[in-house]
Amino acid sequence: MKPLVDLNVVGAKGAIAEEAEGKWGMVIDQDLCTGCQACVAACSMENNIAFVGEEDAGYGRSLQWMRIERFWEGEYPEVKMTPFQPTLCQQCGSAPCEPVCPVFASVHSPAEDLNLQVYNRCVGTRYCANNCPYQVRTFNWRDYERPEPLNNQFNPDVTVRRRGIMEKCTFCIQRIKHAEDAASAEGREVEDGEFAPACAQACPADAIVFGRLDDPESKVSQLQKQQHGVKLLEELGTQPRVTYFTGE
Amino acid sequence: MTETAQHMDHSHAGTMSHEDHLREQHLMLDPKPRKEMNDMVMEAMHHTTWKFWAVVVLLGAIVLVGLLGSWGYMIAEGLGVAGVNRPSYWGIFLVNTVFWIGISHAGTFISAILRVFKAEFRRPFTRAAELMTTFGLIQAGASIFMHMGRVWLSYWLMPYPNQRGLWPNFHSPLSWDLLAITTYLLASTMYLFLPLIPDVAMARDRSTGWRKKAYKILALGFRGTEAEWTHLRNAMTIFAFAIIPVMFSVHTIVSWDFAAATRPGWNSTIFGPYFVVGALHSGMGAVIMVLAIVRSTMKNMKYFIRPEHFDAIGKLMLIISMTWAYFFFNDYMVQWYGGDKWTHELLHFHEAGPLGWMWFAMLFVNVLVPWAILWNKKWRSTPWVVFIVGLLINFGMYLERYIIVPISLTINRQPFTWRLYQPGIEIPLSIGTLALFILLYMLAAKFIPLIPVWEVEEGQMAHKITKFGRETVVSVSELE
Repeated sequence: MKPLVDLNVVGAKGAIAEEAEGKWGMVIDQDLCTGCQACVAACSMENNIAFVGEEDAGYGRSLQWMRIERFWEGEYPEVKMTPFQPTLCQQCGSAPCEPVCPVFASVHSPAEDLNLQVYNRCVGTRYCANNCPYQVRTFNWRDYERPEPLNNQFNPDVTVRRRGIMEKCTFCIQRIKHAEDAASAEGREVEDGEFAPACAQACPADAIVFGRLDDPESKVSQLQKQQHGVKLLEELGTQPRVTYFTGE
Repeated sequence: MTETAQHMDHSHAGTMSHEDHLREQHLMLDPKPRKEMNDMVMEAMHHTTWKFWAVVVLLGAIVLVGLLGSWGYMIAEGLGVAGVNRPSYWGIFLVNTVFWIGISHAGTFISAILRVFKAEFRRPFTRAAELMTTFGLIQAGASIFMHMGRVWLSYWLMPYPNQRGLWPNFHSPLSWDLLAITTYLLASTMYLFLPLIPDVAMARDRSTGWRKKAYKILALGFRGTEAEWTHLRNAMTIFAFAIIPVMFSVHTIVSWDFAAATRPGWNSTIFGPYFVVGALHSGMGAVIMVLAIVRSTMKNMKYFIRPEHFDAIGKLMLIISMTWAYFFFNDYMVQWYGGDKWTHELLHFHEAGPLGWMWFAMLFVNVLVPWAILWNKKWRSTPWVVFIVGLLINFGMYLERYIIVPISLTINRQPFTWRLYQPGIEIPLSIGTLALFILLYMLAAKFIPLIPVWEVEEGQMAHKITKFGRETVVSVSELE
């Protein structure tokens, strides 16, 4: 195990540059993605994400932690499509959302090297969302009702958020913790592929691969070594942990 | 004691002698006996008509429904009733915050900087300007709280000892903001209070009933002895000097909320001075509007506030308008020259987007209107003309903040999320905030002397007209 860096102290930025590799990472193959949105649905189920309804969603208030971006060029019928791009929190190593929160609701987890949102600490200034270059943070604009029968399906491992709170993808930290607890009870390390976040689990095309970046033998590390992946807005120095593969 | 001779206006008007003409034009050369002037100010304070109370009731109703009612509804329902969305996470509430802090700037600017530089024309309206600072900051603070998702937990922004050892994050520009605005509010309130003491003491000696009791507390037992004056002067000098850097820091720190972010269009190093000048621009416009209203609605004010004051502030407005234009150009040019793709996209959206008219209107009223009107001495000495110019400048500066906050937020590095912002409950809340400002000002004008009488009297004692042969010379002596 590498030494842990506490990113909530002054001078941490220099330390991160050396730790740029990260702990947990994801590879998304856009050539395999069919844009079916199964990951989006699975994410919403797993993480108790509220349904905002048609009107609010149309006004840019959907709460999905993951979205499938799709662009096209030209006029119908000569339309050139870009590959589908599932966009989620990139779990930046040097995250712009973290320093701007006045109450430490947006913090870095030194143990898991992930960006966490402490829901019950959030006061809703929404600065983190403005400062996120990926625009993946979502805000609870209201207390949303769950329509029947969705009010009967809640994940007991995840907090239900109320109005006025920022939320975002956690890489399904409840599953990470669950797997780590199970592994430590058996006195071993978590094995690669032992568990996956909801989106990776649900993807019918296996376009999403999740695992340890600091384990050179893991599938994610192996895929990253293929060198043809891109990281979103890497030029900003955010050190994103998600790599995208797209046709060459 | 130093004597400085300065030439004043030499335009002779008709048969009136030059000396009379000077007296008519300049308050400092037109002294009245102390008792008379004190009574004039007291009368202005006490004299209220049914129209005043009708406006107070109307504004009170707007504050009750527009501000408190809408805010309560928004707290209960969540920010969904406002217009904020992704990507415009910040909307009119932050526009209002920046706007009101801007308004609050001119109060201190006029009062402190002109006091430090001993500009004599400041004397009758320092208090009117300082009141704007305090009341403007109240609106700015309220707008920040409106903006928060869970306002009932806003005390978490404060560093207070708690069982969990949790502190606010001093890396966050919002924490700096909180400290800066709190410092400015406290400092400007004290700075408002210090020169008020002799006037409150004057009012105490001329009042009865509850007013006397209140003034007695506020006057802190001021009797006008030499020692008291010395202490007061020392305190005021310290505050006048100290509050100038505080004033500059506040709006610079407000600009860091934007400049420290990673967003295209916000991440600009010139934002600090650009915001300070923008604040002075709208603030001076607001001062001149307040003075025009006070002069035309309150009793005896035509004696204290004269065209010469509009003339002096008009000159300042013209210079500030030029400075603002320079900084605007600087900000725009450097961002455009940088060649960043998203910044270009944003700049294009400012001018040619669906709300492009705001960009052109902003330049028109912030630059073209002041430049076209304020160069003319006659126009800038006419209260209603400068009132309209001030109103237009404030409209333009509001547009500027609107362009910086929600319109710039529309464009980011993820084109998939681009979406326009439409204000919702922000509109009644903004109107309510404005109504609260006017209401507080109107009530304060009836409770504290709006004219610093002692300062005017001091100035009039310092000025004198002397004849050297045929030449009339105005001299000012330094009393302090």
